Amino acid sequence: MSTATPAPRGLRSLEILRAMMARPSGAIGLTLVAFHLVLAVLSPWIAPFDYKAMDATLTLAGPSPAHWLGTDHLGRDVLTRVMLGGREALLVTGTATPVALIWGGLLGVYLGLKGGWRDEVAMRLVDAFLALPGILPLLVLITVFGSGGEVLMPTLAFFFGIPVIRVARAAAHEVVARDFVSAARARGHRPLDIVRRELLPNVTDTLLVEGAMRWSWMLLGFSALSFLGFGVSPPKPDWGLMISDARVYMSLAPLGVIAPVVALSTLIIGINLSADALAKTLGLDRSRKAVI
Amino acid sequence: MADTTPLIDIRKLCVGFRGRSGTMLPVLHEVDLTVCRGESIGIVGESGSGKSTLALAAMGYLKHGLQKISGDVIYDGAEMFDHSPAELARLRGGQLGLIPQNSGQALTPTMRIGTQIREALHLHCALPEGEHATRARDLLAQVRLPDPEAILRRYPHELSGGQQQRIAIAMALAGEPDALLLDEPTTGLDVTTQAHILELLRDLARTRNMAMVYVSHDLGVIARVCDRVQVLYAGETVLEGPTRAVLRDPAHPYARGLLASIPRLGEQTLPRALDGRPPGPGEPRKGCAFAPRCALATQDCRAATPPMIAGGADQISRCLYPGRADEITGDQAGTQPHGCAKDSPCALDLAGLSIRYDRPGLFERLRGAPRPPATVDGIDLHLQQGETIGLVGESGSGKSTILKAIAGLLPPAAGQITLGDDTVLPPTVEGRRPDQLRRIQMIFQNPDDSLNPRQSVADILAQPLRLYFGLKDSDQRVRAVELLDTVRLGAPYLDRRPGQLSGGEKQRVAVARAFAAGPEIVLCDEITSALDVSVQAAVLDLLNDLKAAHKTAFVFVSHDLTVVRALSDRVAVLYQGRICEFGPAAAVYGAPSHPYTAVLLNAVLTPDPDHAPRLMAEDVAELSPPAQGCPFQRRCPVKCGDICDTDTPPAREAGDGHVIRCHIPLDELCARQTGEAPKS
Repeated sequence: MSTATPAPRGLRSLEILRAMMARPSGAIGLTLVAFHLVLAVLSPWIAPFDYKAMDATLTLAGPSPAHWLGTDHLGRDVLTRVMLGGREALLVTGTATPVALIWGGLLGVYLGLKGGWRDEVAMRLVDAFLALPGILPLLVLITVFGSGGEVLMPTLAFFFGIPVIRVARAAAHEVVARDFVSAARARGHRPLDIVRRELLPNVTDTLLVEGAMRWSWMLLGFSALSFLGFGVSPPKPDWGLMISDARVYMSLAPLGVIAPVVALSTLIIGINLSADALAKTLGLDRSRKAVI
Repeated sequence: MADTTPLIDIRKLCVGFRGRSGTMLPVLHEVDLTVCRGESIGIVGESGSGKSTLALAAMGYLKHGLQKISGDVIYDGAEMFDHSPAELARLRGGQLGLIPQNSGQALTPTMRIGTQIREALHLHCALPEGEHATRARDLLAQVRLPDPEAILRRYPHELSGGQQQRIAIAMALAGEPDALLLDEPTTGLDVTTQAHILELLRDLARTRNMAMVYVSHDLGVIARVCDRVQVLYAGETVLEGPTRAVLRDPAHPYARGLLASIPRLGEQTLPRALDGRPPGPGEPRKGCAFAPRCALATQDCRAATPPMIAGGADQISRCLYPGRADEITGDQAGTQPHGCAKDSPCALDLAGLSIRYDRPGLFERLRGAPRPPATVDGIDLHLQQGETIGLVGESGSGKSTILKAIAGLLPPAAGQITLGDDTVLPPTVEGRRPDQLRRIQMIFQNPDDSLNPRQSVADILAQPLRLYFGLKDSDQRVRAVELLDTVRLGAPYLDRRPGQLSGGEKQRVAVARAFAAGPEIVLCDEITSALDVSVQAAVLDLLNDLKAAHKTAFVFVSHDLTVVRALSDRVAVLYQGRICEFGPAAAVYGAPSHPYTAVLLNAVLTPDPDHAPRLMAEDVAELSPPAQGCPFQRRCPVKCGDICDTDTPPAREAGDGHVIRCHIPLDELCARQTGEAPKS
C-alpha cells in the first residue's frame, strides 16, 4: 500500500525527466540529444560559412583557424556542413517516428484486444514484412515515387510502424487479460472506447520506449538511404551523404568522414541511452509500489 | 515436550525501509519472538502487519529494500545477521525450513520433482549420494503422497495445488530441519485440501519435535496447528498467549475485533466489521497504534504506547485495560442479513445452462470424435428480485464460469438466460442492448486487477455513468460523489488512483462502479477472498445494506462456505460444473446434505480450539467431470455402487425447495450425517 501522494497528471512527465537525469545513462543520453536538437535549430545562424560556398583554392584542406574541421573536395567548410547535416534527418525522422508510433501502436493494441481472424491475418502480414531486409522495400518505394522529405517521411513512418504493431500488440495482450478490461467489456463499451480508456494508458510506457528505439533505427535508415544516394539530394548537407562523398578522399582528409560519423553516432548513442534510462525509470516506477 | 531454551529468539527487532524522502520507515517495531523445540507459534495479523517479514527475519532474510534497524535475531545461540552468506545457505533449507505460500511458483517448472528433491538432499543431507533416491521416496511417503515413484517422475504442472504444497513440505523436510517457517502455506488452497495439509503439518511437528512458526491471517488455521499465538498489528506485537486462551477470551481489543469479524458456519449472521485501518509504515502514531479504531481508547491510550501487560489466562497484551476487552463486542450477535420476501418477482432465470471450453478442431469434427463432457452442465437457477443466491464449491467447480456466461463474456453451449421481464438475453455482450447490459453488473475477485491503475476513482466511476446515462461533467461528478457516499468513502476519494487505496477501499470502489449502473442483478465473483477478514466483514455489511436499499439480486460466488452462509438466501453447491445440492441456506448447511456438501462442511476450520475438521474424501483434484453418472463419483466417501458411475443421480426433494442430487435416500443421508448407523 503506497500512501505517498503522487504527482498530478501534468507533472508526471517532468518527474520522469528528472528521474532520467538522475541516472548516468539518462544524463549523458539526454544531454547528447538536447545538444543535437539545439544545434539543428540554431545552426543556420551560427554556422561560420555558407554551406554551398565553394573555394576551389582550398579543397581537402586540413584543420585551420578559419576551417576548424578542414574543407571537403569542393572546398566547402566541413564544420558548417556537419552542423547543418542533421537538420533534414532530424526533421524527417522526428515527424515520422510519432506517426509510426501512433498508427502501429493503435493497430497493435486494437488487434491485441480483438484477436480472432483479423489478428491472425494482420500478424502474418507483419511477419512477411519483417522477413524482408529493411532497406529493400524502402528503395523500391523511393525509386517509384522519388526521394525528398515529402516522400521519405510517410515511407519511413509506414515501414517503421510495422514492428511497432508487434510490440504494441504484445503489451496490449498483457493488459487485455486483466479484469478491468473484462469489466469494460461486460459493461458493453465499444472496442475503440476500451482501447482508448483502458488499454492505451497502460501501454504508453512500453510505446514510449519503443518509440525512442525506433527513432534511432530510423535515423540510421535515413542516413543509409542518403549514403546510397536516395535520401537528401545535393547540395543540401546531410551526414549520410557527406560520408558517402568524403570516403573516397579518406586518406587525404579523414576529418571529412570522421566528423559526420561522430555527429551521427553521438546522436544515435544519445537516443539509445535515453531510451534505456526511460525504460528503467518507467520500470522502476511500476515496481516501486511493491516495497512491503 | 517443549525444550525450555529457545531455538529461535528474536529480541526487540526493528526492520524498516528507506522511503522516497530518505527517512527510515519502520515495518516492525521492537518485536520479540521466542520459539522452543517442539513448540509451534502462530503469527496472526492483517496484510501489512509485518507478519511475513518477522517470520523471514527468523532465517536472517529480509525482502529487497528492507533493512534491520536494531535488535537481535538469535537462532540456536547465534545471531543470524552475523552469519556469512555460506553459513546462511547451509542453515537455510537445512536446519531451517521454509514453506512459502504459493509452492507452485517455488518449484522449477522445467525440472522433474525427483530432480528437485534430490537437489535439496544433495545440499542438505548427510546421507551418501546413493541413498538419496530411497530417501526421496521416504519423504514423499511422509507427506502422504500416494505412489511416490510416479510423482518423482512428474513435472510440477502435472500436480495439483495441494500436491505441490506437499512437495514443498517434503523438500523442507529433506534437510531434517529443527525449525520450520510456514508463510501462509494453505492460503489459496481448497478447504478440503487445506484441512488435509494442516493435519499433516500437525502430525509432522509432533513426531519430529520441530519448532514451527506459522504465519497466517486465518485464526481458524492457527487454532488447528499452534500452541501459542502472537498477534501483530501495524508492526507491533499486541497480544501473545496460549492459542486456547487467545481464541476463547482475547485480552486485546484488536484480537477480539478480529475474531468477531470471522464469519461462522452456525448462525446466519453478518460478521462484525472493524472500522478504520491500521497506520501504514511511517505514518505518525502516538500512543497505542490501535487507539484510533478502539472503542475503549482513553486519553492515556493516546499519550504513550502501552507496555505489554499480563492479562487473563497467561496472555500478555499491549493494552492498558486487558480486562475490559470483552466490553467491545461483548457476546452480542452480529446483525441478521436482509432476507427477501418469498415469491418476489423473477429477476433472472437460467434454464439448462451448459458451457464448454473445448473447441473441437477440424479433424475431430470430421472424424466425429466424442466430445468431452461439458465443463458446466444442466444449471437451472431462478433468482428472485432482492434475493441472494450463493454458489459454492472448490476451485474448478465452474462457479466463475457460470457468472461469466450470465455477464455475456462467455457464450453458453446450450441453455437460456432470461431476465425478469421474460426477455431472453442474447448469449454475448455484443448482441445485448445497453439496457440489458445495464441491468446485470459484475464485481470481480481482485480489485487490484479490476480497477485500471491509470484511472482516478472519478474516471472509473465515470465509465458506467457516461455509457448508460450519458452523464457528463458536473452531473457525472455529483453522481460519483453520491455513489462514493453509498459505499462509505466520500468525495475526497474522487481524485485518488487505485494504487493509493487499501484493498478494502478498492473493492468498495468496484462495488460503487457496479451500482453506478443501477443494476437489478449483481454478480459477485469471490469478491472478498483477496481481502483481510475485518475488511471482508465490512464489504459484506455494505452489500447487505445495498441489497436492502436497492432491492438488488445477487449471485454470490465463493469457495468459502462461511462467507456464502453469511449473506445468501439460497445456496447451490457445485461440483465439476454440476449442482449437487440446492436450497435455502439453512437447509443446505443442515442435515441432510449431499455427500460433497458434507465433505466441505466437515473440512471448514473455525477459530475454535476444540473444533477439529473431519477429513472424509481424499483431496485429489479432478480436471474434468466424469462422462456419465454422478459428478462426485470418484471422490465420494459414501459411494453406493456402480449406479453412481452410470446413472445421473435423481433430484430428491427434501422440502421447501431443498434439492439433493444423490442416489442415497434422504433419510439415510440424514442418518449418516448425524452420526447414527445408516439404516441398511
